[in-house]
Amino acid sequence: MLIRHPDDLPSSEITPEGLYQNRRAFVGTAGALALGTVLAPSAVQALSHTGGQEDKVTPEEDATSYNNFYEFGTDKEEPKELAKDFKPMPWTVTVEGLVKAPRPYAYDELLGRLPVQDRTYRMRCVEAWSMVIPWQGVQLSDIIKRVEPLPSAKFVEFTTLYDPKRMPGQRRAVLPWPYKEGLRMDEAMHPLTLFATGMYGKPLPNQNGAPLRLVTPWKYGFKGIKSIVKIRFTDRMPNTTWNDANPSEYGFYANVNPAVDHPRWSQAKERRIGEFLRRNTLPFNGYADQVASLYSGMDLRKFY
Amino acid sequence: MARAEPLVRRWVRPALWALVVLPAPVLVLQLLLDQLGADPIDKLERLSGEWALRFLAGSLAVTPLMRLTSWGWLVAQRRFLGLAAFFWTLGHLSIYTVLDWFFDWDEIIKDVLEHLYITLGMLAFVLMIPLALTSTKASIRRLGGARWNRLHALVYASVIAACLHFFWAVKKDVEEPILYSVGVAVLLAFRVFRRPVRRPPSGGRPADSPVAAA
Repeated sequence: MLIRHPDDLPSSEITPEGLYQNRRAFVGTAGALALGTVLAPSAVQALSHTGGQEDKVTPEEDATSYNNFYEFGTDKEEPKELAKDFKPMPWTVTVEGLVKAPRPYAYDELLGRLPVQDRTYRMRCVEAWSMVIPWQGVQLSDIIKRVEPLPSAKFVEFTTLYDPKRMPGQRRAVLPWPYKEGLRMDEAMHPLTLFATGMYGKPLPNQNGAPLRLVTPWKYGFKGIKSIVKIRFTDRMPNTTWNDANPSEYGFYANVNPAVDHPRWSQAKERRIGEFLRRNTLPFNGYADQVASLYSGMDLRKFY
Repeated sequence: MARAEPLVRRWVRPALWALVVLPAPVLVLQLLLDQLGADPIDKLERLSGEWALRFLAGSLAVTPLMRLTSWGWLVAQRRFLGLAAFFWTLGHLSIYTVLDWFFDWDEIIKDVLEHLYITLGMLAFVLMIPLALTSTKASIRRLGGARWNRLHALVYASVIAACLHFFWAVKKDVEEPILYSVGVAVLLAFRVFRRPVRRPPSGGRPADSPVAAA
């Protein structure tokens, strides 16, 4: 994909496989939305999959003031306050492991000239609340192709910055720092998987994971590792932070699944931030058409 | 006791009334002014539960305080704080039932039966019901001090269930549940390790018998 200005193109050309819907098209005319829904079951809003439940973009104020980012405090309101002096730039991402040339990449070197995508995705937290967030970023597959992993790479592991001086939440051992997450290679290469660099048309706010975070909309929000400084390719399933912290509650896959409860609470329903009544949670957060095939034959109760 | 009496009437009781009642309008005001964050229902649920636990722990603090100060009149504050805990628990449960789940009884029943921390929260509440119902002086007289005290020992089970409920309600950062639980544990330990009450040869009542205050 070499589309530099996706907004100049009809959405049918940006989304040849109907994998996502351009945000402007989404918030554009009702006709475009209807057309998009008919022609390309959109990742944003496949109406047939939401049981008629509407997906409105969450107010920016809510998405930037209600954050699970324990590196800046465990209260949801803390990251906004405690991250306000964080300076994300300059930023370096180390690429290592099973890759042609393991080395550090400057931020621009890793992302420069890759097509910037507008993706409005549902975000379902494992705590049973959800948002709809317009992200900007690059497809992770584009980055992976750029850094050239070896064919033996089966998984990719991500690591958050560890710097208690800049991330005060890391001074308490609430989680085993640094935060790590991982994806199977096919999940990482999936066109829905995004490295977000912005949201709401602005650079990614510190409290949302500046300058670079993962977005996997069919998985629970904790998979969306923030402030990434390391990408490691490996042939073994990497450890992930929440799984390490509590293996019976948080799995490696963490696919949104209303049929598999968290041991302590139900995952059948969720509260969309800004709404009163809970809505039904959808399998794979409504992206089943796009991603369910990745897990065919797997027991999703076992691989939660 | 005579010197302390005016203090109860003029200061302690009004202060306690303010303490147990005022958080409610403050929360409502915060809700109306949109000061409870992006998920105000979740916030109300948590804060109301914390207030309930504070007053429950507060009621458990009365007896030790009474022992330390020998202010027998404090015993009446114990029932007052216990009732405050009950009503805040009722509010907490109402927020859960109405705001969080909006009478989605299928989900609520499943939640209570299948999720241990909800079961424990419900248990903490149910155990408080007979205590609230027998919180009047007339009940104490009717049951007699010894039986009333035995019944009201249920508060220990209730507060332990409430602490566990709090622990498991929290995703990972258990700092606050630990603080509350340590406080409650100290208050309970006081009951376990206190020296046996010295009884006069004629067989008097323990100093913290509610009958003393009745």
